[in-house]
Amino acid sequence: MRFMILVKATPGSEAGEMPEEALIAAMADYHEQLVKAGVLLDAAGLQPSAKGWRIRHAGGSARVVDGPFAESKELVAGYTLIQVRSREEALEWTRRFPAPHGSGVDCEIEVRQLFEMDDFGPSDAAKRFHDMGVGV
Amino acid sequence: MSSATHRAIEAVWRIESAKIVAGVARMVRDIGLAEELAQDALVAALEHWPDAGVPNNPGAWLMATAKNRALDRLRRDRNFEDKREQYGQDLEALEALIVPDFVDALDAARQDQIGDDLLRLIFTACHPVLSTDARLALTLRLLGGLSTDEIARAFLVPEPTIAQRIVRAKRTLAAARVPFEVPRGAELAARLGSVLEVIYLIFNEGYTATSGEDWMRPALCDEALRLGRVLAELASDEPEVHGLVALMELQASRAAARVDAAGRPVLLLDQPRARWDPLLIRRGLTALERAENLGGALGPYALQAAIAACHARARTADQTDWPRIAALYDALAQTAPSPVVELNRAVAVSMAFGPAAGLAIVDALLAEPALQSYHWLPGVRGDLLAKLGRHHEAHGAFEQAAALARNARERELLLQRAAASLTAGDAAPIIGHQNKTGDSP
Repeated sequence: MRFMILVKATPGSEAGEMPEEALIAAMADYHEQLVKAGVLLDAAGLQPSAKGWRIRHAGGSARVVDGPFAESKELVAGYTLIQVRSREEALEWTRRFPAPHGSGVDCEIEVRQLFEMDDFGPSDAAKRFHDMGVGV
Repeated sequence: MSSATHRAIEAVWRIESAKIVAGVARMVRDIGLAEELAQDALVAALEHWPDAGVPNNPGAWLMATAKNRALDRLRRDRNFEDKREQYGQDLEALEALIVPDFVDALDAARQDQIGDDLLRLIFTACHPVLSTDARLALTLRLLGGLSTDEIARAFLVPEPTIAQRIVRAKRTLAAARVPFEVPRGAELAARLGSVLEVIYLIFNEGYTATSGEDWMRPALCDEALRLGRVLAELASDEPEVHGLVALMELQASRAAARVDAAGRPVLLLDQPRARWDPLLIRRGLTALERAENLGGALGPYALQAAIAACHARARTADQTDWPRIAALYDALAQTAPSPVVELNRAVAVSMAFGPAAGLAIVDALLAEPALQSYHWLPGVRGDLLAKLGRHHEAHGAFEQAAALARNARERELLLQRAAASLTAGDAAPIIGHQNKTGDSP
């Protein structure tokens, strides 16, 4: 089963502050552990929302809204995708995740499980999703 | 006891157990005893953690506890002096009791290719003195941290069978005095071959699982992939390790497309490619690149991965680079010759250079004893004959193939083609040639 570890943004990360060397080292150590355990699938940091945009659907039409966006703790600043054998194993790995913006900086990481093929069950609609490549 | 803590301990154990067994095995030079001592540490955790809470560094806690047990055990071991004798040239290794890092220094002095405990554990569990079945079970037990029950469910055998298999394997290793070492020099290549074979067998066991079976069976694929990824870091300068990882990543990328809604197998060229997992394809191509970048001629796993990569890179079945696949099968037939590889080469050659070229290779295989009951041989032959307009001969070949096919659905398809050859119409492809359904984006 796959889990995505979402690192939420902070005012600092949204302002484009780059992480300090010690934090990069801590992140590298942690991700090295994931690689050595054979559980890391993918990881990336995201640029501030000022460089992104949203497509807002409202009243039956879609509109482009440029960043930056407020409420930084709701924004995603990076992700780490892992594949593990149980929910508890994912919990244990995420417990070990370093403070993502350095110690002393309040922030959150959020963990979400990915849908797997079987989660959809047998149905015509689910099959169409599969054919689109959704859900593994 | 809180069941949440219990589950947390189980998860920690899954993550840490191989490292702990390996670390202790370096001290006691016996993986059976090492596992026992590691289990003692687990029992200690189950006693302490529910009250004290899971420590901040649970792996270090377990390792320290297990190593202390190992020290106690060695100190009171009445056969200590015997062991000294038994170890002979490894006498210095027992100095690890006094200076724990001494063994590392010793091994560095002996120029171990890779001086890592985990790697030693993998090589020992896959030692050729053990039967293949024993290697599989021991690897899943010691490296995967799977219980005997889980291994038994995965291989569809009763639990006592697996338990016995593991006990016997440990005894065999002890009786043969298999050293807890990574082989060096010329021996390394052969022993690495055994490790890769074990991992790939575990993968294939999971890959052949059918829907409705115990979920532990398909879980074997994930476990084999995980072991391969672990090995790729431990032995990162071995191209075939990356070749095997690439092969497994690329095959796993097709898992969702391999069967249709009714659970029937779908041939590679007919699979809806949108359902291939792009992340695993990317990981597979990256692993293949690592293998290629290490230089030298590609080994059998890397070559098979390169063939799988040709399929992965083609957006539709029509865009498959058949001349390259034929060339890769040429190389594979030279590196790891086998009649089945040769038959696959014939199919690739026919796709690249026409049915007559493929048929020449197939006809040369007709006398091959290993393929006498292999239904794909007359099946492929029938297909090539039909494409050449030799329908009467094609009919005979398909009938022969149908008689050999064990799978009812395959037999049915082959009989259909035999009948179609009689009417000399355009027959439906059996290996997905002239694919018509694989043109999804």
